[in-house]
Amino acid sequence: MTGRVRSYDEEVWLAVADPSRRSLLELLINRGEATASGLASEVPFTRQAVAKHLAVLEKAQLVSSRRQGREVLFSVRPTQIDNAAQMMVNVGQAWDARLQSIKRIAEEVHRATLAPIEDGESGPPGQANSH
Amino acid sequence: MTAATIEREIRIDAPIEVVWDVVTNPKHIVNWFAEEATVDLRPGGAGSLNFTEHNHVSPLRVETVDPPNVYSYRWSQPDGEEPTEENSMLVEFILSEDQGVTTLRLVESGFAKNNWSEEKNQEYFNDHSSGWDHFVPRLASYAATANVSAK
Repeated sequence: MTGRVRSYDEEVWLAVADPSRRSLLELLINRGEATASGLASEVPFTRQAVAKHLAVLEKAQLVSSRRQGREVLFSVRPTQIDNAAQMMVNVGQAWDARLQSIKRIAEEVHRATLAPIEDGESGPPGQANSH
Repeated sequence: MTAATIEREIRIDAPIEVVWDVVTNPKHIVNWFAEEATVDLRPGGAGSLNFTEHNHVSPLRVETVDPPNVYSYRWSQPDGEEPTEENSMLVEFILSEDQGVTTLRLVESGFAKNNWSEEKNQEYFNDHSSGWDHFVPRLASYAATANVSAK
C-alpha cells in the first residue's frame, strides 16, 4: 500500500465506512472470536452478506481468521483497529481544518466586496447629504 | 440507505453565494483543499483533486449540483474504478443562509447496501448506536486495551 495519500489507507477507510461492517466489527470486539454463522444470528442480514463483509474486513486486515476443525473463527486485529480508529479521527480533523479555511476565505471575499462601503463610513459624508 | 459517518457544521459570516463559490470553484478549492483542482460542475461531471505534495490525484464524480444549496460528489473509490454507491464515499455540502450568515453542513458518508427497509435500517442502527461518533471512541478505547494485552 505505498503511495497512499491522504494520510490513510483507503481500503481500511472504505471497510469501516459501512455501518454493517462496523456492527460486525463491534460484535467481534465484544465476543473475541466468532464464526460467520454465529455473527449472522445476531444481525439482520444474511450469512452470505456477513461472509462478504468479513471478506472486506479481512482484506483490509481489520480481522483475521483461523480454522478450527470444521469452523472458521474470525477475530479482530488490534493493531489495525488502532490504525483505523486513528484514521477516522484524522479524517474528521481534516474536514474541521478545511471548513475553517472555507470560512476564512468566504469571509475575506465577502469583506473585500464590502470594503468601499465601509470606507465610506469613516470618510466624508456622501452625496446623500448634498443639496 | 446510507448512514452518516462524518457530520460537521460551521457558520460563516458571508452570503450563501460567496460560500457556494468558495466550495465549488477550483479557483478557491486550491486554497482550502488540494493544490490543484478541476471540476465539471454538473451531475455526473468529472473532477480531480491533485495533492501534489503527496504526488496523488483523487478523482471524483459530481452527484448533485443545486446552487447555492447542495453540492455533492463521490470519491475514495479504489484506484482505477469508477465511483459507485458501493465502493466510494459521498461528500455533501449543504448550505443555508439566515440574515447574511451562511450555515455550511458537511457530511461524508459511507454506504449501507442491503435490502432492509429504511425503517429497519434506522431501527437497527439506533439500537446498536454504530454511528460514527459512538463508534470511534469505542474503537479507540478497545485498541488501547487490546494493545496492552497484545504480544
